Formats: sequence, C-alpha cells, structure tokens
Amino acid sequence: MSSLLKNIIRFALFIIFQVFILNEVPPLHRFIVPYLYFLYILWLPFKLNRFALLVISFIFGLTLDYFTGTPGLHAAPCALIAYLRPFLLNLLIPQETTEQSYVEPGPKSMGWAPYGLYIGILTFVHHFYLVLIEWLQFGNFIYFIGKVLGTTAVSLLMIFIVELLFTRIGRYRSNTA
Amino acid sequence: MKNIFLFIRQYFTFLSFLLLQVLAIVMLGNASKTHQSFFASAANEVTGSFDTRYSNLRSYFGLQETNRLLAQENARLRNLLPANFLSPNTGKKYVIDSLIKDSLGHVRKFTFLPAKVVGNTYTLQANFLMLERGTAQGVTKGMAVTGPEGIVGVVVEASANYSRVMSLLHRNSKVSAMLKKDNSAGTIEWDGVDPSYLILKNVTKGAKVSKGDTVVTSNYSANFPPHLMIGTVAAIASESSSNFYTLKIKTTTNFYNIQYVYLIENTRYTEQVQLETNPSKIP
Repeated sequence: MSSLLKNIIRFALFIIFQVFILNEVPPLHRFIVPYLYFLYILWLPFKLNRFALLVISFIFGLTLDYFTGTPGLHAAPCALIAYLRPFLLNLLIPQETTEQSYVEPGPKSMGWAPYGLYIGILTFVHHFYLVLIEWLQFGNFIYFIGKVLGTTAVSLLMIFIVELLFTRIGRYRSNTA
Repeated sequence: MKNIFLFIRQYFTFLSFLLLQVLAIVMLGNASKTHQSFFASAANEVTGSFDTRYSNLRSYFGLQETNRLLAQENARLRNLLPANFLSPNTGKKYVIDSLIKDSLGHVRKFTFLPAKVVGNTYTLQANFLMLERGTAQGVTKGMAVTGPEGIVGVVVEASANYSRVMSLLHRNSKVSAMLKKDNSAGTIEWDGVDPSYLILKNVTKGAKVSKGDTVVTSNYSANFPPHLMIGTVAAIASESSSNFYTLKIKTTTNFYNIQYVYLIENTRYTEQVQLETNPSKIP
C-alpha cells in the first residue's frame, strides 16, 4: 500500500475512533479525557516537508473540531506539535541511517527509548497547550496542572497499548519505491 | 524589498505556523462568542450525517432505557389530561383540538417539536448536542430544548436538516431558574467539573433553601416555558461575603444517554427579545 493511501485511511480511522469511541467514554475522573487522535501526526512520514506537515496537521485538528463543535480548539495544538516535530526528530535520531532507511517514526525505526521520549514530549506539549486554551477561555485555573498530567498519563498508556497491538512493520525504503 | 522577501523565505515555516495559530485562536474566539464560525453550516451537515449513522447504530443499545423514559413520561402526561378531571357532565361528545386558540380564549404560546439526538458530548468544557431537525423543519436559533426528564439546552446553530444545541454542560450556558417552593429566581450555570451537577447562582439569602428542593425554569426566560424541571438541590454553599446562595443542583436529565428531546418554540420569542435588548428610552 502506498504511503499516501495508508495515511488517508489512518486520517479517517483516527478521527472516527476519537469522536465515536473515546469522546463517548464516560469521564473516568473530572481531569481525564482520553485523547489518542494526535498520534496520527506523530506517525506521519519523515520525508514530508515542514509546510505540508503543518497544513495536514491543522486540517486534521480542524476536522475533529467540527465534530466536537469547537473550531480551532484542537487545530491549534496540532499545528504546534507539527511545528515542533522536525526539531525533536533531528535531536533524537541519527540523520543518515534512520531517515534514509525507514519511512515513518516508530519504535522499530528509532528504538524504544528515543521513540518514547519523542512521544512523551509531544504528548505533554499537546495536552499542555490544549488544556491551557480550554481553561484560559473559561477562566478557571485550579485544575489546570492536574488535568494536563492526568490526560498525558492516560494518553501515553493508550499509545503504548496501540504500539503493542499494531506492530507497524518498520518498512525499509528501497531504491525502487 | 529584497530583504523582506529573503526574510519571508527564510522563516516561511515559522510564519505559516504563526498564521495557523492565529487563525485557530480567531476561529475559537468567534465560535464561542457568536457560534457563527467559518463553514459552520456546511460542516454541520457533513458531521451531522456521520453522527446520524453512528446514532442509528447506537440507539439499539439504549432502546430499553428510552422506552422506560417515554413510558414514564406518557404516564405523567396522561395524568395531566383534562379528561381525568372532568366531573360527570351532560355533554355527549368531548373533542380535543390543537388550535392556536382554545375554547377558553387562551392563545397558544409554546409549541413542542420532537427531535432525535444524533450527537452528544459531555466530556469537554464546551459540550454540544446535534439534533436531526433543522430550519427546514421549523427550528430557529434560540429555541429551548428539553428532554423527557428535564431541560437540556438552547439551539445555537441550525442548518437545513440539523441543529446544534448548546448543552447545559457548556461553560457559557446561562438559564434563568427558580426554586419551586418560593419562586426565588437565580441563574443556572455549569462549573465544568461534574456533568451531573449544575450551579444555581444569585439566589437571595431570604429564600429558605433546604437540600432536595426542586429547581424549575423561571418566568423570566424568553425561550423556556416556566415550571420545567431542572433538578434538585444537592448542596448549599453560603458565602458570608455576599447576599446570595450558590447552590449545587443535581440534574434530573441524564446527559449520558439522551436519545430524544423536544424543541420548544415560543411564538412571541422575537418580540420579547427585541424589547429586552432595546435600550430603554427612560433613564
């Protein structure tokens, strides 16, 4: 399957899963909403240029926003993590080997430790910004830190489970493809 | 001039990032103020059709509960039928009609329209419901929405076949309410903490509130008819610094499993709102 087709299917699946399953979960606690959708952005291919990455992420966030009725709320953090992603990847992986031989970030292509750090930082940034906008808009700041930490922990747990469930084959880029 | 172009080219990604951020924040700002965001109506139709499909699937699992609620409501309404209160009379025929004016000369003010809920959130800070009924079926902005057990929210956006309802569980939602016992009025809001509790503010300390008191919609609201159920008092907080109680209200509506609601049309809504919003000439 081509990378483009795969990512289009993923786009739809992540949105549907977030809107119709995770958003329907009765609140475990007042701090916690399970978020997983932004994993789509973290899984986009290495080779995508930075402007395309930004625009795709923004549209992805906006699509989710139209389902929840809050245009802009998820789009802003999505654009932020899409902007930070290339910098972080440059720091974390050896350029020559990984980017040329693998298509997208994953535990296989980066190794569990750098990948974990990559996921951890971007998840935290995403939730921090999302919850910040949400609470700034409505003015109550008391639960701010608790909510960021709670949602981050739940998201990381879910991402870990997803990585174990769907072992993406770390496909080697060959010269022909 | 050349330098400007060079600058833009060098920081192109960063600038586009900033642009997208500003765009997102502006959209969010507009959305929570006016609920007239970009492409809102078109997007409404698309997300609405998705929501309908999902809701059709999901409604099977809630059939039993929906049935119970409707049966309960039917029983309650049947008890209110005027036929139940008739003393034996000499008339031979009893006709119920739904004219705009009844035989006692009362003019109808509120009309109830049923609607199916096709989308619902309760986990966010700004929660909305999607109803499968739009302007083509007589929905207008500002109509009140009530469920079988208690009130649900207010219509903020309507496209041809779908409408979006600001749930009571929205940080900007405000509904005028009163205690059923002595008609002390206040405002129902939500503090964003627990979806089964609302906050009733600005109730005077003169009111004798106790736990378990019923809270209903007040006479002062333009879109809600008076005496619709909202909830019961669960906790009383009295701040010594103010003259008002802040009450915690347990909602009678269960926001987790709403399936069907009623839209309430007030035939004199525009007239009333127009007069309310016009500045008074007399100081």
